[in-house]
Amino acid sequence: MTYEDILLELIEKDERFVVLTAENRAAIRNLPNKVKGRFIDTGITEQTLIGVSAGLALRGRIPVCHALATFLTMRAFEFIRTDVGISGLPVKIVGGFSGFLSDGNGPTHQAIEDVSIMRGIPNVNVFCPADEEDMLICLRTVLEDPRPFYIRYNNYKNIYSHNHNFEVGKAEVVSKGKDATIITYGLMFGESYKSMNLLKEKGYDTGLINLRTVKPIDESAILDAVKNSKLIVTVEDHFKTGGIYSILSEILLNHKITTDVLSISLDNKWYKPALLNDVMEYEGFTAPKITEKIISKLKS
Amino acid sequence: MTEKKLAELKNTAFNVRQHIIRMSTDGGCFIGASLSCADLIVYLYKEFLNVNLDNLDNPNRDYLFLSKGHDVPALYGTFAEIGFIEKDRLKNHLKTNDFIYWHPNRNIPGIEFYSGSLGHLLSIAIGVAIDCKLRGQTNKIVVILGDGELDEGTIWEGALVANAYNLDNLICVVDRNHFQANIETEKLIPLESIEDKFKAFGWGTSSCNGHDFESMEKAFKHFPLKENKPSIIIADTKRGKGLPSIEARADRWFVNFKPEEIDMLLEELKGGAEADLTSETIVAR
Repeated sequence: MTYEDILLELIEKDERFVVLTAENRAAIRNLPNKVKGRFIDTGITEQTLIGVSAGLALRGRIPVCHALATFLTMRAFEFIRTDVGISGLPVKIVGGFSGFLSDGNGPTHQAIEDVSIMRGIPNVNVFCPADEEDMLICLRTVLEDPRPFYIRYNNYKNIYSHNHNFEVGKAEVVSKGKDATIITYGLMFGESYKSMNLLKEKGYDTGLINLRTVKPIDESAILDAVKNSKLIVTVEDHFKTGGIYSILSEILLNHKITTDVLSISLDNKWYKPALLNDVMEYEGFTAPKITEKIISKLKS
Repeated sequence: MTEKKLAELKNTAFNVRQHIIRMSTDGGCFIGASLSCADLIVYLYKEFLNVNLDNLDNPNRDYLFLSKGHDVPALYGTFAEIGFIEKDRLKNHLKTNDFIYWHPNRNIPGIEFYSGSLGHLLSIAIGVAIDCKLRGQTNKIVVILGDGELDEGTIWEGALVANAYNLDNLICVVDRNHFQANIETEKLIPLESIEDKFKAFGWGTSSCNGHDFESMEKAFKHFPLKENKPSIIIADTKRGKGLPSIEARADRWFVNFKPEEIDMLLEELKGGAEADLTSETIVAR
C-alpha cells in the first residue's frame, strides 16, 4: 500500500473524497488519470487551493489538498485560518517537504514553523507521522475524521515497525525509561529511535514517544513520562518556538510542575541547505549527536 | 419588466435601505457600501436566484456569496424582506445574543459563508461551482465583489482558475461604486478597464446600472455571457445611494449616526430634506 493507493481506495469507496493540488504532484503523481474530475489542480495558487477546498467541503466533500508545506501553511495561512479554521470544514491540508525533508532547497522552502502556526488555529488539528509506515497506518483515520487536519507528509522509510492501533490524540509509546524520555514527532523519530537504542546500550534507561498527532496532544503520555523520567528530551525538525518544546512547557505550566528538559530543535535559525543526511549531521540531529547531548545533559 | 414588478422591486429596495439606515447607529455600520449594492442584492434574490426559504438547504439551490462582506446590512435587510429572518431580528445588530455584526456569519439563514477578509469568496465559489458541475447540477453561483476588492491578488488567481475550469455556472458581480475604503479607486490603484481585464482572462463580460432594475435584467438575462466560460457583470453604482447627503463621498464609509440623525436620514430617503449630519465618519475599521 502506498499513500496514493489509500487515497484511491477512499475515492473509490466514498464519493466525498476529492484530491487537489497547487501544482505539486510529488505525492499524487499517478492519481490524475485514475480519478478524473475528482483530481483538481488549481495551478500555483495556494490561497485559491485552500478556498476551493473549503468550497468543496461546503458541498459535503472531503478535500485532500497538497502543496509544499512552506507555501501551503504560510502563503495560504490566512485562507486556512479564515476559511477552514472558522468554518471547521473537514479540509485535509497535506504539506510536503516539511522540516529537514526540504534539505537542499534553502530557507525559502524550509517549513520549520508549520506545526506552530497550524496548531495555533482553532479547530485545525495536526498530524505528523514518523515515517511512511506510520503515515499509512494512521492516514485513513485522519482523512475520515470530520475535523480539519494539517498533515506533515512524510514518506521516509521506517526503521521501526509501528503499532497499528491509532487514535487521534493518542501517542505511540515505543518505550518507557527512568533516565530519559525522548518526545518527538515526524521525521526526527528515526534518529530518536536510534538514539534510544544507543542510550540503552550504554546503560541508560531511555523512553521514546512518537506523538503522531501533535494536536490534539496526548497529554497523559507526556505527564506520565515527566513523572517517571529524570530528563525529558524534545526532538523536532522545527523552530524551538511553537513545537513540542513549547507544547511541553504549556502542559507543565498548566499542571504547575517542572522538570529537566533538553530541547533539540532549531533555535531561532534556519538550517544549512544540503542533502538530508548532511543537514542532520551539520545541525546536530543524527542519533550519535542526539545521544551525546542527552548523556552530557544527564551528567550535568 | 412589468410596471407592477418594477414597483415591487423598488418598494423592497426602499425597505432594505430603511433597514440599513436603522443599522447605522448604536455602533454603526458600513452604510456607504451597503446602500450602493442594495438594489443589486434585491434584484438577485427576487429575480435571478433560485433560492428561497424552502430550498435553503437543498444542494440544487443557487448560491450567492457576498465576498465584500462589509455591506452585509444590505443582505440582512433583504433577508428580512424576503422572510429568511424576522425583521425584528435586525435589532440584534452588534448584540451578543445573535450573530449579526459588521460581516456575514453562516449561522444566519441564507448566509452561504463567512466573509469580511477581501478576496476570499471567489475561490470558495469556484469550489462550489466545480462541485455542482461534478454532480451534473445546473445551479448558478453568484459572487458579489467590491471594486476596491479587485486589488486583492486572489481575485486574479480565481479569474485564471475559473477560466481554466470553464465555469459557466459562475457569475461575479462587481459593485462598482468607485470607492475603496477611504479614497476613489481611480485615484489610488486605477482599475479601468475592468471589463477588458476580465475579457483578457477569458471571461464573458457585461455591465449595467446597478440602481436600475431594467438595466440589471437586460444584463443578467444573457447569463452565461460567454459559452463555457465564467461571467462577470460590472454594476455601476453610487456609494450611499438614496441619501444625497452622503452619496459618493469618501468620508461616509463607516458611520455611527446619532439616533436623531437616523430619523433625519429616514425622512431624506423618502424624499425629504437632506439630513444635517454632524456625526463623524470612522475611517479605519
